[in-house]
Amino acid sequence: MKKETVGRIITISGATVRTDLTNLTLFERVSVGENNLTGEVVKLEKDGTVLQVYEDPSGLGLYEPVKGHGVSLATTLGPGLLSVMFDGLQRPLDALADKTGSFIHPIHLSSALDLKKKWSFTKLVNNGDTVTAGVKIGYINEGPFQHPILAPAGIKGRVEEIAQGTTCLEEPICFLDNGSKIFGYQTWPMRVPRPYKRKISPRGPVITGQRTIDFLFPLARGGTSIIPGGFGTGKTILEQTIAKHADVDIVIYAGCGERGNEMSELIEEFLHLDDPRTNCPLMERTVLVVNTSNMPVAAREASIYTAVTLGEYYRDLGFHVLLLADSISRWAEALREISSSLEEMPGEEGYPTYLASRLSSFVERAGVVETLSGDIGSLSMILSVSPPGGDFTEPVTQALLRTSGAFLMLDTTLANSRHFPAINWMQSYSLYQNILAEYFKKNISNDWEVLRSLCREIMHKEEALKEIMEIVGIEGLQEQDRLVMTVAEKIRSGFLAQSAYTEDAFCDPRKTMEIIRSITDQFLKGREQGSGKSGNETRRT
Amino acid sequence: MRLAEHKYRTTSGIAGQLLNVENVHAARIGEVVKVIGPHGDMIEGEILEIVNGNILIQLFGETRGLNTQNMEIVFTDVIRQVPLARDILGRRFNGSFEPLDGLPMFYASESRPARGYPINPVARLRPEEFIETGISTIDGLNTLVKGQKLPIFSCAGLPAKELVAQILQNARLRESSKKFAVIFVALGLTFHEYSFYLEALQNIESEFAAFINMADDPVMERLMAPRFALTVAEYLAFDHDMDILVLITDMTNYCDALREISNARKELPGRRGYPGYMYSDLASLYERAGRIRSSQGSITMIPVITMPEDDITHPIPDLTGYITEGQIVLSRELHQQGVFPPVDVLPSLSRLMQKGIGADRTREDHRDLANMLYKHYAKGRELKKLEAIVGRDGMAEADRLFLEFATVFENEFVYQGAEARSIYKTLDKGLEILERFDLLPDNLKKNDRNRTL
Repeated sequence: MKKETVGRIITISGATVRTDLTNLTLFERVSVGENNLTGEVVKLEKDGTVLQVYEDPSGLGLYEPVKGHGVSLATTLGPGLLSVMFDGLQRPLDALADKTGSFIHPIHLSSALDLKKKWSFTKLVNNGDTVTAGVKIGYINEGPFQHPILAPAGIKGRVEEIAQGTTCLEEPICFLDNGSKIFGYQTWPMRVPRPYKRKISPRGPVITGQRTIDFLFPLARGGTSIIPGGFGTGKTILEQTIAKHADVDIVIYAGCGERGNEMSELIEEFLHLDDPRTNCPLMERTVLVVNTSNMPVAAREASIYTAVTLGEYYRDLGFHVLLLADSISRWAEALREISSSLEEMPGEEGYPTYLASRLSSFVERAGVVETLSGDIGSLSMILSVSPPGGDFTEPVTQALLRTSGAFLMLDTTLANSRHFPAINWMQSYSLYQNILAEYFKKNISNDWEVLRSLCREIMHKEEALKEIMEIVGIEGLQEQDRLVMTVAEKIRSGFLAQSAYTEDAFCDPRKTMEIIRSITDQFLKGREQGSGKSGNETRRT
Repeated sequence: MRLAEHKYRTTSGIAGQLLNVENVHAARIGEVVKVIGPHGDMIEGEILEIVNGNILIQLFGETRGLNTQNMEIVFTDVIRQVPLARDILGRRFNGSFEPLDGLPMFYASESRPARGYPINPVARLRPEEFIETGISTIDGLNTLVKGQKLPIFSCAGLPAKELVAQILQNARLRESSKKFAVIFVALGLTFHEYSFYLEALQNIESEFAAFINMADDPVMERLMAPRFALTVAEYLAFDHDMDILVLITDMTNYCDALREISNARKELPGRRGYPGYMYSDLASLYERAGRIRSSQGSITMIPVITMPEDDITHPIPDLTGYITEGQIVLSRELHQQGVFPPVDVLPSLSRLMQKGIGADRTREDHRDLANMLYKHYAKGRELKKLEAIVGRDGMAEADRLFLEFATVFENEFVYQGAEARSIYKTLDKGLEILERFDLLPDNLKKNDRNRTL
């Protein structure tokens, strides 16, 4: 399977390189130049091949060697991923720092996982059992989890020998009668969705602990929410708060083209905060994929595929996974940069015309599935978008609107008045609300839906009354309308607004119900009294 | 490494700052080349693109008078390096790193590539140490911390440079450290602005180094100067444990230069003609600010941006705001009211403020006080819009109070003229205004009694 071929660099333009090698395959992984920079085949031509280099190409020289690896750019999957911070090409940043210090230099690292680390393996199959792709052959205890070891794709045979007890990843765990071996880890081409038995429609919610989201615009397990917002509207804070508190098993956080300082803050907090459900540091349920804005652009493009493949892997192990990506716009810009260096015809705003289809096939990798081993796992996504100038008509937001299920619009005006999370309650929506209504009714409270529509009704009325009030002042409003305004203000400041820095950062749905009930009760009481009065008035006239 | 120097006389074309050379045997992306003209004059350039043996070179100097026939191109086999030494402080250079102060070039103890390497996110240390700027609107409400990048969004005609000069004059870390220095980068400045800044720099106590690219200097140098400056800053901060404040003005000129060069390279234009990679390019500068675990030093960055057409959604401030950790926005309205510094508090923001304030950093009541001031001022400003419609007389008593509060806040808290206010003075000022309007909650009152003088 492995063929190694060597050619020469003929053309270099930015991170796009042309070689005279002709026997490469599309999307094959390549090593470029004397420093073995990681690259990928993006175009095959009659007398050569075009490559995309994923690392800083400066210093790359004419006629330097190019080697094909015979395999696609792949993600390594197995025990030891949790609490590690990877770059977009899944190189562990800690290991990189050990080799190149505080600054990242282009260098070659052999594996994403520590292959020498000892794990305790418990087998689930015995000699003579038949094993096919996706079957659990055993598990390894990793932090708070039991990490099942799955037979990788393409495997079929009878177990001849299987390990038990202490083992490490570089040694095979299981030998089959047809000579194939199973290791504790596997690799998967990042651009290809991982297989499952069947997809299931979403039923339950991801509880984010954000009142505005859980109550008004809920996210279903297996669904996708997008959070577009201009700068300073609190996208990152919202994503990070959800990453801390969401009721899922595993969180994959992709920092895609964002700030380095934010990432150092995130790590520090995740190391010191405990997951209330397992009492282990949050970091132990988290994998970080980080390609900050100053790291190579092409690797930024790859980073979300690394992240989603990791997410799918944990889904296949039967976990509920939440993928948070911040921000998809930076990914799209990387795609645009690569496309323009390949001299492709630009579409809207210079983005390639395949932007929408790439985005939709990415978003489709979310979902609830029955895994090959028969478990139920889910991958949900929350994707932030950074529209230029805060203008939501731009292509990335528009393309995502068509494929995602919930739209949480962050509002600059709200952010400027320090209302956080700055989710605009008039424009945002969730297509999951009807699916989830049943769940909330059954598990949280009978009147969840009733209060929800009442709450929305009050906020809608407030919006309409605001304009009138600006002209006539609050004294000029009718008593009924004044009540709407006071209650709406209470909902805004006491319910929708939620600090990310206090204990309020996570609000249990039951507590959410209590708060909104106490506010709306006041409204209903006021309305009753009011209508009683106005009823009298009508009689009098 | 090549064994011998390569020289070519095979120039096939020159267009503006771009040069084509044919039949080259060895070349690297980013390699420095020297172009020797007919009279022995030398221009430096950098390899942009390699297509077989055809090389595209970006030149850094004046190309007028060049002729394809009689020039020689020397390939040096090195990537652009920045000479580094502690002696760099106290010196002034142009955008090609040549001394402007009449003194000879310093002896470099080492050199590093100008474009630098990205800081590994795991090696970063969270910025959280308070820097006092002496400006109430910054210290009190949009606190700057060591390792932060906090731009000033200005508009044409607003006193950004006076504000910057005042910050330079007063900026100090709470534990005053001797290892503090300023790196000043002037990009496309007029002589008038330049001399203003130079005077301000010479009046400060700390050491400084300056990289000066004037309005009539080569455009390409505008892209190089900040990279030289930041490489120097990294060297001083992370090798010599110094706290470095990098001041870059004006980033709008930088972005325009980027657009000009990109256009000359026939790249696809993006929004408003700026190249699609402007975000990544700006990030490659701004992200060099920060602190790292292996060093005591820090790089704090204050870039100045003039928003074209006063428009904060213009690509330059927009992309900057997406990368930097907040922004200080100047307001034309406040300036016209005679408020200096005319900082509009509402759209201004410091993302790293939360970590830099509080009991062991500034003062215990800082957070509550800042929130309170912001909230009431925002309300007052909101009511100002209403006032424009119904007039002050048509407003409720309570609303008139907030209007009055907003005015007092602007005239006494935001306005400070040339006065340098310590953080305590700033916070006391805020307390005093809140008290005057009877807006002080009880928990802050207690603090007030304990603290005041």
